[in-house]
Amino acid sequence: MPDAKGASFLLDSPGPLVDALRRQGWRVIGPKLGQGAIVYEEIESAADLPRGLTDEQEGGHYRLREGDPDRWFDYVVGPQNWKKWLFPARQKLWSAERSKDGFSVESHEDEWPKTAIFGARACEIAAIEVQDRVFDNGDFADSGYTKRRAGMLIVAVQCARSAATCFCASMNTGPRAEAGFDVALTELETGGFLVECGSDAGAAVLDGLELADASAAQQQAGEAVSHKAAAEQTRTMPANVESVLRDNLDHPRWEEVAERCLSCANCTLACPTCFCSDVEEVNDLSGDHAERWRVWDSCFSLDFSYIHGGAVRRSTLSRYRQWMTHKLSSWHDQFGTSGCVGCGRCIAWCPVGIDITEEAGAIAAEPLAQEV
Amino acid sequence: MSVSAATDPMLPRRYRVRKTWKELADVSTMELEALEGQSMAFQPGQFNMLYAFGVGEVAISISGDPAEEGKLVHTIRDVGAVSGALASVSDGDMIGVRGPFGSAWPVAEQTGRHIVFVAGGLGLAPLRPAIYHVLNNRDQYAGLTVVYGSRSPHDLLYAEEVRGWKSRFDTEIEVTVDHAEPGWTGQVGVVTVPLDRALAGNNGAEVSAFVCGPEIMMRFSVMSLKAAGVSEDKIWISMERNMKCAIGFCGHCQFGGDFICRDGPVFRHDHVAKLINRKEV
Repeated sequence: MPDAKGASFLLDSPGPLVDALRRQGWRVIGPKLGQGAIVYEEIESAADLPRGLTDEQEGGHYRLREGDPDRWFDYVVGPQNWKKWLFPARQKLWSAERSKDGFSVESHEDEWPKTAIFGARACEIAAIEVQDRVFDNGDFADSGYTKRRAGMLIVAVQCARSAATCFCASMNTGPRAEAGFDVALTELETGGFLVECGSDAGAAVLDGLELADASAAQQQAGEAVSHKAAAEQTRTMPANVESVLRDNLDHPRWEEVAERCLSCANCTLACPTCFCSDVEEVNDLSGDHAERWRVWDSCFSLDFSYIHGGAVRRSTLSRYRQWMTHKLSSWHDQFGTSGCVGCGRCIAWCPVGIDITEEAGAIAAEPLAQEV
Repeated sequence: MSVSAATDPMLPRRYRVRKTWKELADVSTMELEALEGQSMAFQPGQFNMLYAFGVGEVAISISGDPAEEGKLVHTIRDVGAVSGALASVSDGDMIGVRGPFGSAWPVAEQTGRHIVFVAGGLGLAPLRPAIYHVLNNRDQYAGLTVVYGSRSPHDLLYAEEVRGWKSRFDTEIEVTVDHAEPGWTGQVGVVTVPLDRALAGNNGAEVSAFVCGPEIMMRFSVMSLKAAGVSEDKIWISMERNMKCAIGFCGHCQFGGDFICRDGPVFRHDHVAKLINRKEV
């Protein structure tokens, strides 16, 4: 019986695992084909998974292709990520009703059925762990995020291939998830899945399945899958990017990239760690009912830095610089970790194909002389 | 798990406007009392998020005396929809308040020193709680200088109160305006002129300075202070950026690695010196 955390087993297909989760009352969110891309939506069975598809990614380029029809997870990350569920793009915070002597305030909490996210990749688990630090910063904890995170189970899929945009190996976030999951699946070259149990909750899910123990050779075959995926990666992040960006705010490269950047905010929406938000006042026509909604925002919008008198960051240069220095440098000051997990989404989904590794590399290659 | 006002930092508490009055053509002050829970304890330099029903929420510094319990005072300039709604509240109206947030002027830790406050325009409002503290505990400090500048005599905030401070024998109060008007008999010019003069008679090494105003005014004031021998780790400034949450979640108020809402708004100058002279950070 799979009762041991850290134990490994074998499974022929993901079907029984999805069924077991649903039988045990978990809502299962997983990869699906939607509008020509892999999206994360509720799935009812393994039949909903986009089996046989693979992807082709480059700067400003994403295409799904027919792959080996027997392979379940040969695509990697698409335009969406799990923050769409954990940190929804629109979220009601509270509401207020006009009363005789002013107004009353009512708190609001969204329903969150216990939810399994199925098919999270190593970089995505790293991104969730980054957002965990954002939404519980020591002084304050976001109540909605905390609740959703607590009522959640993670089924990881260990990537068997990398897209050209992937650079998780260079960020030390993948391609193999070593922790942070309840169950992890590795699709083996020979077919079938190596199943790793990562937690007691994972063990409880696996408990009802007919699982054979994995041999040492099969476990090694699972590791080999990740080594192969890692070896496919060509993009890398400079190791000293944190300090090099902090010391090069006046580098001429910022002007060069600002010429190409459309300031469209796609990178921030596709990024699994970007957390900036606005709070909107939503009123009805009577004027007696008001709601406060938190919505995703982006440091690429002009209004983002508005204070009376005008925006602080008026130029595209300053907004791109803010995004990239925050992601790769000042994030360390704030949260003790990089804000980049190497998923490559900002590269693929940039309409003009700006490549964060190339931009960081260009500045690291020719840093400005430092004032002493 | 239910979320109560005590645990959800985004949920405001309701306050009643006890009294409100106009300070300037576009600036009002309001005195608030809590309708639920305890009255708010705060430190000088901290701010609240004030909510106007049906309009929105905005960050406003606390401008009252921290020693006066049960009275929360805010001074607000009408510069937009939300601040406009807040600046035009009437006695008895209700607003929402979240806070207090942010770092404080560490004035209580500077006993024995000559305290210099430099304020520009509405920057006097966030400094006033710290000024009250020094006025109330004047014998603990070696000296008190307030240098205050505004655009015109019409824009001088708390003018009568400032005259009251000036009438004390244990204070040095300098007021200047950028543009004079008929009837103005005071000084004309930017704050650094009276600041330089006030500093000239003092030993910079004994000065602790607190500066608040437009960024350009703070930059030049800090230059004057440093030129007079005031150590950079004895100068504090208060920064302003867009804020939507005040608890470090919304990302709007970032200044390099700092969130102005949590790490600021009050910073020791050496902490922000590297970025403060840079445009569009």
